[in-house]
Amino acid sequence: MRRVSLTGLALVAPALAVVAALFLYPLSYSLVAAFTRDGAFSLAHFDKAFELYSTDIAFTLMIVLVSTAVIAALSTAIAGTLTLSETPWLIAALKALYRWPLFIPFIVAAQCMRTFLAKNGLMNNTFVSLGLIEPLQATSFLDWRGIVVTFAWKQTPFVALLLAGAMASLDRATIEAARNLGAGRLRILIEIVLPQVGRTLMVALVLSFVTMLSVLSVPMMVAGSQPTMVTVDMAFRINAYGDYATANALGVISYAMTAIAAWIYLRHNLEEKRG
Amino acid sequence: MNARLLLATAAKIAAIALIAFAILGPLANLALWAFAERWYAPFKLPVTWGTRYWEVVFRPTGDAMASLAMSVWIAIATVIVSLALSVPAGYALARLRLPARTLIMIAFLMPQAFPSVAIYINVARIFYELGLAGTVTGVVLVHVAHGLVYSVWIAAAAFAAVDRDLELAARNIGASPLQAFWSVTLPLAAPGVMASAIFVFLESLDEFTGAFFVGAPQVTTLPLLLYNASMGGNYQIASITALILLVPSVVFMLFIERFLRADVLAKVGR
Repeated sequence: MRRVSLTGLALVAPALAVVAALFLYPLSYSLVAAFTRDGAFSLAHFDKAFELYSTDIAFTLMIVLVSTAVIAALSTAIAGTLTLSETPWLIAALKALYRWPLFIPFIVAAQCMRTFLAKNGLMNNTFVSLGLIEPLQATSFLDWRGIVVTFAWKQTPFVALLLAGAMASLDRATIEAARNLGAGRLRILIEIVLPQVGRTLMVALVLSFVTMLSVLSVPMMVAGSQPTMVTVDMAFRINAYGDYATANALGVISYAMTAIAAWIYLRHNLEEKRG
Repeated sequence: MNARLLLATAAKIAAIALIAFAILGPLANLALWAFAERWYAPFKLPVTWGTRYWEVVFRPTGDAMASLAMSVWIAIATVIVSLALSVPAGYALARLRLPARTLIMIAFLMPQAFPSVAIYINVARIFYELGLAGTVTGVVLVHVAHGLVYSVWIAAAAFAAVDRDLELAARNIGASPLQAFWSVTLPLAAPGVMASAIFVFLESLDEFTGAFFVGAPQVTTLPLLLYNASMGGNYQIASITALILLVPSVVFMLFIERFLRADVLAKVGR
């Protein structure tokens, strides 16, 4: 058993070859295209990318960060209610509701929101019917707010599911002890439950962060106009100009944003190991 | 005291109603568009209801049926290729001694951990040179690479959850390693492998970005048709297409726990 299994390596090899051919090779292609010009190392494509798209780069980072914060808040509220609530019907209703968007494709979510958040969509119509706003006050949410809403709608169930699972496996004794000492449920959630599931929340948020940076359909369909996310700019550089150099420079910038998330995650992980 | 309790209950009902509206509202809007023949401002509900557009979508010779067939065919091919790769790899990762096992596990995660648009534009360029751009094979390959993390990780977890003693018992009564695998290990891991297959099938069915760069315009999958219809302002066709994509996703959400048992789920990614 101690020696390396050659059969094992042979069994994993084909799957690894697919990753090499369809991920590593194109990845190196994108790095080469972004960092060279006429065969020599150059940062010219980055100059162009920043010159044309610095607003969109900032916009992308802002959207993804705001969405991550919203998702963190909503999923903590949902998972916390599922774990700490003492109202059975509330838990049952929430459980039945919150997971619906979990496996709904982004493109379907985008189509839903494209109609729901429009000036004359179901959301504004409902608000008008309930007398919450005047018909003339109805505005379209199909801009950065629409993207954030769509991302939060789609990703919150995923984070909440993982978080609720982690909370359910906690030792209830500490929670009961705090409750006996008279701690309120909000305080128990923030001071006792959350610190113990911080790692799960972190992993789920990092995965969501990267997912949101990869999605093309939502920014294209939910917010058509400028400014937009860099994914849309990449597609535009390719489809309109065949400009692989600038597109790949934008790609490398989006890798850098992912690297920030990875760095936060790793640092958090190391601290936990040390602590 | 009673008034406070009543107030708290009212607040809870209001909160649940708000959540229900936020989660189901967008889906309700989609359903309304699917059955609206005419709907324009300032009307809050469709002006004319009907199923005319359903007939357009489900007309056997229509674009939508061709796209649905194309999507299902691509998804089935993706599942077959994925299983052929992930069952051996998953078994090796669960049972055999591999060097740098963690690194291998992470390698399968990498395609999901990078912003995919930047990768796909280069895959499209490479495929163009190889003559794979705009072909079903090209789209299947992209979907296989994309789904590999699910198929390999879940398959590895499913094999790891099989009791090793049962394999040893089969070996003791004279089964060859391959016989033990086929008659003991694989059947016991089947529900987990099945779950990974469903995952890969749905991922392929729903995948947009890769198909957008590699497949379009020659290969029109259902998500591409949805996108074209929506951007063209044909909300009825877009909504009906979205509903077709929605049904398997929701059914899977409701039944995932049947397929992915807790003991398998606990081993995913390890």
